[in-house]
Amino acid sequence: MAAMELGIDWTACQAHGLCAELLPEHITLDEWGYPLLAKDPLPHATLKRARRAATDCPVLALKLTSRQGS
Amino acid sequence: MTMTFTDIHMPPRLLAPGGTPSGHPAQVLRRIAESGLTGRGGAAFPTHRKLVAVADAGRRRGRPPVVVANGAEGEPASHKDRTLLRLSPHLVLDGLQLAAEAVDAGEAYLAVEDGATSLEAALAERRDRLPVRVVRVPKRFLSGQSSALAQYLSGHAGLPRDQRPPVREQGVRRDPTLVQNVETLAHLALIARYGADWFRSVGTPSEPGSALCTVYAPGRAIRVVEAPFGMELHRLLPLDGVGAVLVGGYHGTWLTVAEAATRTLTADSLGAGVLIALPADRCGLADTAHVLRYLAIESAGQCGPCLNGLPRIAAAFRTLAAPGPQGTSRRDVARWAGLVEGRGACHHPDGTVRLVRSAFTAFAAELDAHAAGRCTAPDRSPLLPVPGNRS
Repeated sequence: MAAMELGIDWTACQAHGLCAELLPEHITLDEWGYPLLAKDPLPHATLKRARRAATDCPVLALKLTSRQGS
Repeated sequence: MTMTFTDIHMPPRLLAPGGTPSGHPAQVLRRIAESGLTGRGGAAFPTHRKLVAVADAGRRRGRPPVVVANGAEGEPASHKDRTLLRLSPHLVLDGLQLAAEAVDAGEAYLAVEDGATSLEAALAERRDRLPVRVVRVPKRFLSGQSSALAQYLSGHAGLPRDQRPPVREQGVRRDPTLVQNVETLAHLALIARYGADWFRSVGTPSEPGSALCTVYAPGRAIRVVEAPFGMELHRLLPLDGVGAVLVGGYHGTWLTVAEAATRTLTADSLGAGVLIALPADRCGLADTAHVLRYLAIESAGQCGPCLNGLPRIAAAFRTLAAPGPQGTSRRDVARWAGLVEGRGACHHPDGTVRLVRSAFTAFAAELDAHAAGRCTAPDRSPLLPVPGNRS
């Protein structure tokens, strides 16, 4: 299975912050409330919650996609 | 400048379109690959790879691609693209047709800020296979960013969008789209005409060819010159009485004069082709602050980190540019630079951060002098051009 990674459509993100609540070990918020993604790859065990975080983003700015180049 | 007078009933001879043969697309592609041509709009991406990617996307999706000649020179200090379009419009238009054939395009545009009328006249003199529409784009820093251009040509506001999917896959009205700087297209036309070896006869083996530069030397008029890659910067830009050099434009890099003396012209540092020598009696921090304010205003305001970070960086930098107490400004700028970098739909925050960090390095001594309450520059008026009264 292709490795998955999280990405953000910055033009859509409105700093709701829900993603950081659903995926705290991978997403923190900066001083303005916008998500900071951890650099390391998503552990397999986290994938299900990552998918949930992506579908629950109120503006669908959080994207779960297969890693580029794989 | 090329003009067509409606009452003169003959096709132009002296001012006629150029003589680029429309070679077989596969042959043109092979020549471009062998030439090593890279994009001259700032990113220096290999032109052959972009052409192939767009052609593939067109075939795969069964949609003829759109080609866009990008003459939207939003960088205020750059004049090279408009100069090229004024002096050699047909070279650019030849290149546009060749690129269109290479990717089997169904539509072609030429995007410019101004000069559209004379370009339309030049187009009227040609018998192109694919008609070209000249489009006037808003005079904004980001107008020429490829996704912003694709958005504008699709009938939306000319603002960058998320890079997924990329413009080469889904650009103008979701068709695969080739956006190529006008200078790149002119090189492409010459390579088709004279071959890859001819192109590679100047420049370096790893960075072949030449590039147009807008050169600001103290006490001289602004010039657009063509120079080969690998040429020493000091031969392009006399460094006597110079304090620092800005390479690449407002998304570029400040070098101390000592560093500049050791550098050569490289494709990745050249950016938009701007070379500015800052006289030794000027304050580089004051000039950078002035440019940063402009860059913050020119943010499209769509992406949170850029929207929040750039105005804060610009304001704190203004504090640093004035002699006196700096408070936490230096640390704040460094932190905010880290927060905006890589966190936007386009590279506007990244380019702005490059300018900020290089200013911190090149003007380190001046920063300390300002902190101690003095400025070593007798002349604090800004030198770098910034368009006024844009909202």
